Amino acid sequence: MARLLDVKNLKTHFFTEEGVVRAVDGVTWHVDEGETLALVGESGCGKSVTAMSILRLIPSPPGRIVDGEIVFEGQNLLEASDEEMRAIRGNRISMVFQEPMTSLNPVLTIGQQIRESIILHLGLNEQEATQRSIELLELVGIPDAGGRITDYPHQFSGGMRQRVMIAMALSCNPKLLIADEPTTALDVTIQAQVMEIMGNLSKELGTAVLIITHNLGVVARYADRVNVMYAGRIVESSTAENVFGNPQHGYTVGLMASVPRLDDAEHTRLATIEGQPPLLIDEIHGCAFQPRCPKTEDCFCSSEGTPELTEVTPGHWVANCPCCMSRDTVPA
Amino acid sequence: MVTAESSSNDTLVSVKDLRMYFPVTEGLLIQRHTADVKAVDGLTFDVSRNETLGLVGESGCGKSTTGRAILQLHRPTSGSVEFDGVELTDLKGSDLRSFRRRMQMIFQDPFSSLNPRMTVSQIIGEPMAIHGLYKGQERRDRIEFIMNAVGLNPLFAKRYPHEFSGGQRQRIGIARALAVEPDFIVCDEPVSALDVSIQAQVVNLLEDLQTEFGLTYLFIAHDLSVVKHISDRIAVMYLGHIVELSEANELYNNPVHAYTRALLSAVPIPDPVVEKTRERIILEGDVPSPLNPPAGCVFKTRCTKGATCGCSETTPVLEEVSPGHWVANCKCCMEA
Repeated sequence: MARLLDVKNLKTHFFTEEGVVRAVDGVTWHVDEGETLALVGESGCGKSVTAMSILRLIPSPPGRIVDGEIVFEGQNLLEASDEEMRAIRGNRISMVFQEPMTSLNPVLTIGQQIRESIILHLGLNEQEATQRSIELLELVGIPDAGGRITDYPHQFSGGMRQRVMIAMALSCNPKLLIADEPTTALDVTIQAQVMEIMGNLSKELGTAVLIITHNLGVVARYADRVNVMYAGRIVESSTAENVFGNPQHGYTVGLMASVPRLDDAEHTRLATIEGQPPLLIDEIHGCAFQPRCPKTEDCFCSSEGTPELTEVTPGHWVANCPCCMSRDTVPA
Repeated sequence: MVTAESSSNDTLVSVKDLRMYFPVTEGLLIQRHTADVKAVDGLTFDVSRNETLGLVGESGCGKSTTGRAILQLHRPTSGSVEFDGVELTDLKGSDLRSFRRRMQMIFQDPFSSLNPRMTVSQIIGEPMAIHGLYKGQERRDRIEFIMNAVGLNPLFAKRYPHEFSGGQRQRIGIARALAVEPDFIVCDEPVSALDVSIQAQVVNLLEDLQTEFGLTYLFIAHDLSVVKHISDRIAVMYLGHIVELSEANELYNNPVHAYTRALLSAVPIPDPVVEKTRERIILEGDVPSPLNPPAGCVFKTRCTKGATCGCSETTPVLEEVSPGHWVANCKCCMEA
């Protein structure tokens, strides 16, 4: 598969009065054409900021991309002009956000909002764009699409609004769709509907999907590959089968063990990770997970040098902190 | 005189045909009652002492309203709620208040459920003050005891909610619920707002506290994985009705009602190998409005048997299909 997006050593920091928040602190990863990559982690790990950095949607001030490269279809987006970025957003890379109510304009009809991208990027006239919009709504399973094109967002349920967002995002046939927590605000049966649509359409159209979420179940169901993030860095990266079936990093192991599974046969106590994620305003030396690593007493991690992603088995990359990589990091 | 002492019966809470309708009124000068939001539309179930009954369902199914109606935070429109043999819907004033001591609630949002202008010890001490329990040093000792029990450092007693993380705030909410030594706690989505690894800490805490203090829980949530983990039995709600009620593992292994099966298949399991082999039942459409629920079986608009469904207009009732396993007896929904 051809390489679509290459992110190299991306650093996005926020310069606040209290100090510098290193939200994303040196991440390197890629997306290939047509695949679904999941960015997984808990609140504050930097996954949303990573996605916003790709589209250069970081509010500046106080944020700034201070280092790195984002190469999309051979072009470094960090060197692109504003005009070039505008031609990319909604067209070649598009985004679906978490809260469909606040991401849709409440005073414009659905039709007006979908048409906007199509007219801007594909150069169709209003009539053609309306026709295309209706087709898109049908594609995402909105009943009576022709009638509903003139409705406002508040006239749709949460799941329908999210489908409208997907229709908008796919309207110009992008190569990459970024979905930032697309189903967190939705009920589980609606989540299943929305993810099916997104999954089927992306396969049909050959769109690569970057899905950002903390829901490990959704990742297991839909992702080809997974990057696990912690404190602004990637700690593990591999196929979904590898990350779930054979997690190597202490944080990944702890995370997997703390999630209750519907198919747990007997009641076993949930494993927990003691403590809390670090404040990103403090500079982190060495392994960010070390304070919570159950192996702390025997840990001989140096306090210098950030662990680097190392290939431990073909296609399976782990941040090479020696303790975190030990097989016995599952807490009692 | 109504007393709040416990009897030796195994059933702690008994709900019969509980209904909670919220009136909708229209009109500028004169308000006319035009419709009702039928949030809870005829619920019957029991909660046994020391058990955890899970109440699961999606947004708008009426689960939170059920929890509040049991605690009399909403006065039920009709139906009965018996707590330890005493009918709560008849009680008022100080009689009701004496029962409130025995039944408490933990709320979903750790941010809005704590008074931001009260310290932790004031928050935990307030219920004690209201019920006239523990005074002076005894109260301070009790607060310290509870803070330790929920995993909060008692040195933080004089801090304010905003100085804590979400998970810690939820512990404060739990401490507040425990302050008056209740028998029964309604946990209304207690972990939904928390990160995955913090959820695990709070779930474990709730389980430990149940064992330590002999608590009975009604655990309300939409996350079926968490509910199945913590509950002994589970009731599945849809549009104000219970469609299935059984022991937790039994529900997962032998779901009968069409909605339960769709709900279970929609819950993703964090295991890509398992996920590839699972059956996926995708429901059509959205949940109907509780202002105008379908007559008869409320699930019929989304039942995959849709057009061929021959369901009559009578509302299904819970039928025991195997010992302890109850299903709303709509013929279509029950077919395998």
